[in-house]
Amino acid sequence: MNEPEKVLVRAQGLRKEYGREGGLARAVNSVDLEVARGEALAIMGPSGCGKSTLLHLIGGLDRPSAGELWLAGRRIDRLSERELARLRRHEVGFVFQAYHLMDELTAQENVELPALLAGRSPGEARRRARQLLDQVGLAERADYLPSALSGGQRQRVAIARALANEPQLVLADEPTGNLDSAATLEVLRLFEALHAAGLTLVIVTHDERIAATADRLISMRDGTFVDETHLAGGTRGNLVDLAGLGSE
Amino acid sequence: MQQEVVLAMLAKEPSQGYQLRARLDRALGPLGEAMNDGQVYVTLGRLEKAGFITRRVAAGTSTDRKLYELTPAGQERVTEWLSEVSWPKPDLAEFHLKLIAAAQAGLADPIGIVDMQRRELLRRLREVERAAMAEPEHSDAGLLLEGIVLRLQADLRWLEACERVWTEWRSKS
Repeated sequence: MNEPEKVLVRAQGLRKEYGREGGLARAVNSVDLEVARGEALAIMGPSGCGKSTLLHLIGGLDRPSAGELWLAGRRIDRLSERELARLRRHEVGFVFQAYHLMDELTAQENVELPALLAGRSPGEARRRARQLLDQVGLAERADYLPSALSGGQRQRVAIARALANEPQLVLADEPTGNLDSAATLEVLRLFEALHAAGLTLVIVTHDERIAATADRLISMRDGTFVDETHLAGGTRGNLVDLAGLGSE
Repeated sequence: MQQEVVLAMLAKEPSQGYQLRARLDRALGPLGEAMNDGQVYVTLGRLEKAGFITRRVAAGTSTDRKLYELTPAGQERVTEWLSEVSWPKPDLAEFHLKLIAAAQAGLADPIGIVDMQRRELLRRLREVERAAMAEPEHSDAGLLLEGIVLRLQADLRWLEACERVWTEWRSKS
């Protein structure tokens, strides 16, 4: 495989600065990153470490101050506003902590929206939305307003919406930040299914539970990467011991 | 009293029994009170027998104070212990003393030990999460798995605190 087929996201010397000389703050400071196609990557770090800014740069929600950024082999750090908007609609799906659903629209309509905005026919958008809501286990709640859904259900609608235009990449910013333990598990299950289906995921989080289910975990401090862990692979312990059932 | 802990407390420098005891007290605070002097001396005796430490009379003391010192084998055992990841029986005091011993004796970077432990805990967490995801909703086992997840999360939070404190220490030293 040549590079664009294997590497979906590539960043080199990526930087994002806020403010002007004197009060200059580097939110992202010379980051190099490669995300393989089909990989689930988690980025962890304290608030203010630059992880959300990095996610916004990768998704074209914000522009880097310096450095180079490629998505599927195409350089995207110098795209025009119009091209960036197109990229955000077609190539990338976003999931946020606060769901960002439209309160006046039903679950079904929320999921249809991005497909309609991308120029699909209403019939096609409807079919796709139904299929996605089914996939996230909410087919029966399609006509509910977000206010009638639990936090976990709202986030599943938001994930379905992120998939509406069949993106190559899903970016999630604290997707379980507002969820309790059971709802977190629902979202983890869903991400796991998407990952198994070959989708590439980049998740920024405080939550060790999500981080632990990723293939790779990067720790970020003060705008740079400080540690990297490959989590796939065996452990020295086992569940029996962890549950306290092991013999002495 | 775990032998390695006493051994690691000696790694800083050859010490007399009371100095060792004071070091343990400083590291453990009120928890150190639960430990009696006898335990420390019994442990020292065992370590000597095992060839990990030697005992000699401290020079320049009028009373015959004994000075304990690591042998090369003892040194090796400490280094080995520092790199061991102990779990699932979470002995917080042991881990805490490991960091202190590593820092005091300059044998290993405490942050490196914290990182190693964190990786291991994350791998465990991953394993438990996978098992939890495979459980049907509302299963009894799901509840047990959730308990394990929450405990591992608590341990990971404590490691964050360890990292913060030892990072400050490193930037000061």
